[in-house]
Amino acid sequence: MTAVDLAFLLNAAIAVYSGWRVFRTDSMVRASFLLLISFLAVGAIMLLLGAVYLGVAIFFMMAVEMMIMALFMVMFMMNPAGLNPMNMVHQERISAAAGVLAFVALGAVAVFGEFPSRPKPEGLDVVARLGHELLGDSMLVFESAGVTLLATMIGVVVMSSRRGRYGDANEGSVPPGLEPGGEPAGQPPDDDDEEHGCH
Amino acid sequence: MSLITILVLAAALIGIGLYGALSQQSFVMLMMGLELMLNGTMLAAVGFWAYTAAGVPEGQLLTIIVMAVMAIEMAMGFALVVAVYRGKQADVTEALEGFRH
Repeated sequence: MTAVDLAFLLNAAIAVYSGWRVFRTDSMVRASFLLLISFLAVGAIMLLLGAVYLGVAIFFMMAVEMMIMALFMVMFMMNPAGLNPMNMVHQERISAAAGVLAFVALGAVAVFGEFPSRPKPEGLDVVARLGHELLGDSMLVFESAGVTLLATMIGVVVMSSRRGRYGDANEGSVPPGLEPGGEPAGQPPDDDDEEHGCH
Repeated sequence: MSLITILVLAAALIGIGLYGALSQQSFVMLMMGLELMLNGTMLAAVGFWAYTAAGVPEGQLLTIIVMAVMAIEMAMGFALVVAVYRGKQADVTEALEGFRH
């Protein structure tokens, strides 16, 4: 077993274990950092495979993305600091069966499938070739991804803005009750606090 | 390290992600399951590029597209979570009956 194999096994174990722990930890912030660890291990495996640009890009992208995710986790966290046991799942058996089934089916394809063996040649200048491809033959694909991201940014701003063109985005909406059919839970954040303001 | 081990690892990540995406009640945790599935997809794409594509750069291009999909999924997901929370004060899937306001 070579050093590369050893590094791969180590990173694979980290990727799977931390990926599994994401759904087993009690704190949602910890979950996002565990997902970050899983991504970093996959990025390291990409480096081992020789995809230098992609591996490093995963490092940078995921570090930033998971920080944003951790912020959202704090905003939407049910269980601050993970002090209480948290198990917010539904249809768990079906989900677990679907996950195992997906693993077995895809693993069977990996083990029993016949793939051509054309490994990349030694000493290939991977990054330069990718750059020429991105800004050469595949420029349309690359630019389409860029334009799609721009459209996403506009859509995100529209969807998450508080005010729409015709007034407040949440006008007329009523939060669900704590019990089915009960009184609305909480107040919309921007309610006018007049004489009968609820607290 | 071979194509088979890479693909089995990718299958494991996709399986765990599928479990998370189907089982979690919180929107944000559900998105983490989707991210994990895309993680496995990217790894499989890079594995195929390294072992079966003789190093043609289009194989890496596919991974870059999946990365863009991941960023879009994340941004739109968070915008939807914020919009739903603003409208219904809800952050779990059970609280929704439909997409109407």
